[in-house]
Amino acid sequence: MTVTVTPTRLVRDPRMQFALTATDLLDEDFSTALVWAEISGRFFGDAVRRHPDRVVNVGIREQLLVNVGAGFALTGMRPIVHTFGTFLVERGFEQIKLGFGHQGLGGVLVGGGGSFDASRGGRTHQAPGDVALMDTLPDVVIHAPGTAEETDEVLRRAVAADGLHYVRIVEQTNAESFRGPGLHVVRRGSGATVIALGPVLDEVLAATADRDVTVLYAHSVRPFDSGGLRSVIGTPDVVLVEPWLAGTSARVVSDALQDLPHRLLSLGTRRMELRHYGTPAEHQRAHGLDAAGIRRSMESFLAG
Amino acid sequence: MEVVDNIDRLLTLMTGDEKHDSAAYSTLDVLRVLYERVLDVSPERVDDPRRDRFLLSKGHGPAAYYAVLCDRGFFPESWLGEWGTFDSPLGYHPDRNLVPGVEISSGSLGHGLPLGVGTALGLRAQGIDSRVVVLVGDAELDEGSNHEALELAAALGLDTLTVVVVDNRSTSYVVPGRIAARFATEGWHVATVDGRDHDQLEKALSERPVGVPNVVVATVIDEEELAA
Repeated sequence: MTVTVTPTRLVRDPRMQFALTATDLLDEDFSTALVWAEISGRFFGDAVRRHPDRVVNVGIREQLLVNVGAGFALTGMRPIVHTFGTFLVERGFEQIKLGFGHQGLGGVLVGGGGSFDASRGGRTHQAPGDVALMDTLPDVVIHAPGTAEETDEVLRRAVAADGLHYVRIVEQTNAESFRGPGLHVVRRGSGATVIALGPVLDEVLAATADRDVTVLYAHSVRPFDSGGLRSVIGTPDVVLVEPWLAGTSARVVSDALQDLPHRLLSLGTRRMELRHYGTPAEHQRAHGLDAAGIRRSMESFLAG
Repeated sequence: MEVVDNIDRLLTLMTGDEKHDSAAYSTLDVLRVLYERVLDVSPERVDDPRRDRFLLSKGHGPAAYYAVLCDRGFFPESWLGEWGTFDSPLGYHPDRNLVPGVEISSGSLGHGLPLGVGTALGLRAQGIDSRVVVLVGDAELDEGSNHEALELAAALGLDTLTVVVVDNRSTSYVVPGRIAARFATEGWHVATVDGRDHDQLEKALSERPVGVPNVVVATVIDEEELAA
């Protein structure tokens, strides 16, 4: 059953936007459920009050969180399942693999925090490997919105679709929003192709400002837009920048270009543990994902 | 003339044994009572939102489950002889995408009860009061995920949910009475019955306490085992 839809109020913070849009989706579509595990509870007050049977806090029980979501899906509903990415994807990964994947059920997993939000919290609250881990599952759709507006659009699309979706919500944002999946051509050049996935576009644009390169951007990480890459590629030099584990998307870029001799530089978070606290920006810099770091790596690669 | 029980006959199709000892299957009596006397399910209603749900969490050794489903007409007998072969829908752990009437794909322990809690919540949200019955093994309760689930089920008063624990004391660290006590501590309605006694099982599995979930501990311990 569907009721009249009014546009969701847009805010600047992607996490608050997720909660606002999710609350509206719960109002609009009675087959939608929200399952959460204490985290982000302060954003869900309206949803809990309005839909007590479809908005369930399971407490600090993340294995249960995922399978309760899958149980909702078993009854034909579309669950949104949320906590920090590390507890959602890594703690109970078998629950995702079996509860959704093997059962053949769909749902929308929304992981918060990503690689950098908990820069002061340390390794226990950071999930740089979440995209790589989700990418081991067949047919999973992975979104990394770079703004609150993209978060609204992506969440609406994921809830309306079928299948298993993972939405990665973080505090880092890009200046500009892009609508729709696939690679967007942000700038055309005649040299290398630089691909920015998720909220690293501003750093990529700053790092390449004075270079004659093509810059592509996507917030849809899987499926990867192979056709979009092939249609713009000039010189066969590709730089891939993603704000999670370096190399996570190297596989799909290589697949897209398998018949084309090419060189690929994959930038992302490094495997080592930093064992430092401080700000998200300091962590991005330590992983070489600030504009200066990207420029350094790219110049060395392109000079080669 | 010896009357051959149809379930025994079907089990023999899978195992190839000349004479099948149905006591070898700890879950068989529970499964028979559920499908013959308790659950509101049928092959014609596998997609009916109002059907009862039976979730076999302990997916190991599903021969008894397949025999009971086949006996109830969910799939043809011809499937049984080929089970475990490449093109057979019947694997050594059941797959809901391949077998009519199978509600969850199981095998890895500790997933069925959490899925059952979610199923009961999903049905409740849609105003459907169908029952959700989850079968777990006593050793399966080693898995901590069950304890997350049984706590939440009680906290949310999921009275459409029934867990049947087939207790053949297969866990390595047996504490007699622990299973019933743990569920009782969390506020569940608890009954402990002889897991081979169909009338006791029927009575306990048919009970619908109001406001709390229901657990039936079905004890299946051979006298020889106890004496050993």
